Amino acid sequence: MEAGFRAAGRKLLMPYTTGGLTDDWVEYLRAFVAAGADAIEVGLPFSDPTLDGPTIQEASDAALARGTTARGILADVTGLDFGVPLVASTYYNLVAHDGPERFCAALRDAGFAGLIVPDLPLDEAGELIAAAEAAGIELALLASVVTPAPRLAQIAERSRGFVYAVSLMGTTGERREVDAASAALVERLKAVTDRPVLHGFGITTPEHAARASRAADGVIVGAALVRRVLDGAGPEEVGGYLATMRRAIDQGA
Amino acid sequence: MADPGPRGRFGDHGGRYVPEPLVAACDEVAAAFQEAWADAGFRRSLANLLALHVGRPTPLTPAWRLSAELGIDLLLKREDLAHTGSHKINNVLGQALLASRMGRTRLIAETGAGMHGVATATAAALLGLEATVFMGEKDMERQAPNVFRMRVLGAEVVPVRSGSRTLKDATSQAMRHWVGVVDEAYYCVGSVIGPHPYPYMVRELQRVIGDEARGQCAAELPAGVPDFVVACVGGGSNAAGTFAGFVGTPARLVGVEAAGGAGAARGREGVLHGFRSSFLQDGDGQVTEAHSIAPGLDYPGVGPEHAHLRDLGRARYVTVEDGEVVEAAVRLARTEGIVPALESAHAVAWVIRAAASGELPPGASVLLTLSGRGDKDISTLMELL
Ligand SMILES: Cc1ncc(COP(=O)(O)O)c(C=O)c1O
Repeated sequence: MEAGFRAAGRKLLMPYTTGGLTDDWVEYLRAFVAAGADAIEVGLPFSDPTLDGPTIQEASDAALARGTTARGILADVTGLDFGVPLVASTYYNLVAHDGPERFCAALRDAGFAGLIVPDLPLDEAGELIAAAEAAGIELALLASVVTPAPRLAQIAERSRGFVYAVSLMGTTGERREVDAASAALVERLKAVTDRPVLHGFGITTPEHAARASRAADGVIVGAALVRRVLDGAGPEEVGGYLATMRRAIDQGA
Repeated sequence: MADPGPRGRFGDHGGRYVPEPLVAACDEVAAAFQEAWADAGFRRSLANLLALHVGRPTPLTPAWRLSAELGIDLLLKREDLAHTGSHKINNVLGQALLASRMGRTRLIAETGAGMHGVATATAAALLGLEATVFMGEKDMERQAPNVFRMRVLGAEVVPVRSGSRTLKDATSQAMRHWVGVVDEAYYCVGSVIGPHPYPYMVRELQRVIGDEARGQCAAELPAGVPDFVVACVGGGSNAAGTFAGFVGTPARLVGVEAAGGAGAARGREGVLHGFRSSFLQDGDGQVTEAHSIAPGLDYPGVGPEHAHLRDLGRARYVTVEDGEVVEAAVRLARTEGIVPALESAHAVAWVIRAAASGELPPGASVLLTLSGRGDKDISTLMELL
């Protein structure tokens, strides 16, 4: 995935959706690709998403209420080729439940390229870093605006695929503005690594996406899309919104 | 019960599984606590508050009539007599002093039964801080008097409507809130749970229960040490504080969980709310909802040090059912004139059962930590009686 990102020749766009949110959830992934996604983040819903705001909490609850399981999500995408890498994201309990080796092997067998675990900081990540590497899964680590300099460099060094720049002090969710502190975080990361840096959290509008991707190598868009899915928008409509973000990024960057 | 080291490990349990934005805040709390705990001035301030405001030491009361009925020698460590009505105040005053020392102006807390929330609101008022308490909507209904108490004390009570609408979701919501306010607010965790240093810090702040009881038992009992030490376990703070005083003695340690919230007795290995421990989960790794008549035990996990003591075989974790708990509460009320909190009544229920089964041999001496008083549960009891 990382090699592909480096060769993309454009700013990266990584939309998120919660796996198993609707019967036709895989159609949203296809719509994301058609809209110009460079990779797709698929949430494996967890009962207690402590870094997610109301929108993704609601989506997680709704997916679980439909009987969605991580295993079912992996089965839904196994053997499908989207033409872009899939990145799973979930909380560490689901990884610990299977054990890191089995969990990563299952991701690989389902065709995933990467993994994000928001409640797993660098200090606790050793076991999963090793298991992911063994399975050929790129584990992207999170960096935050309050992460001190030496630690930021370690995170960038041990991260794979990209570095996830958590752009604000808060949870996922739609926001009015791009947090002013985020540009400094991206700059600090760019100064210590040549790994792609993706700006996540709070990207809600095409303007946000364009603005954030000026400094960063790209953006991750979650709640703004999931909100639309929850409100009943179909794959085409949500993909259409993502396409406006793609255009804004390409024009604004 | 030792220092878990810089990574906060009790065997395999504990640690710090928090999102990167919270790592610095946890580091800051750990460093501040280490410094404060080594500072005689801090210890003196805390001891003063515990004496003058809380009324410590709490008595060790022989339960004469119930002991005679059960054929054992039962001693009650009276945390129900602590100011605000439970042991929660011991922990909160320590953390509130720490928060002030760190320059924070607001306390954040989660609460189940409302006792930790009331204690937090009380400490905030006492030290001139603000308090924001997250409480599940279901718990707000069944512990309404505590909601009013918190508001009278000037705290903001925020209803949590997600998930189980009990302690688990209140804790998740408090953590989400904390990420956005780390510079201004201090997260005052209510039990021996959460990311390092909380399980260690809260146990140290609650060990006053066990240290006092150890001295009181030495004066009271011919052997100096009880045969059994029993406490109820939600997250496990009153039990951890009690056990800390006896872990180096031959006393057998028993933690009593709610049958529907038995993280230690029936959970499996997992990670939630920042720590690795034993949690109730389904076959897919989703954390399941706990169910207990006692809101303070309505939590699907247990503090990491308890999981460790269980693995070592140093403490045993047993469960009792809601029905026995209500009977035990009423029996203690009518034999000793003490209406216990439904949480504490779990420990009483196990003692009654174990005395009948012979698991507690005739004449055994038993120290039971009565973690709180039952005023908050009166309406629940009235409905059932
Ligand atoms: C009276 C009382 N006892 C016990 C508990 C359980 O907490 P812990 O296991 O941390 O002592 C509570 C929690 O709310 C409580 O209010």
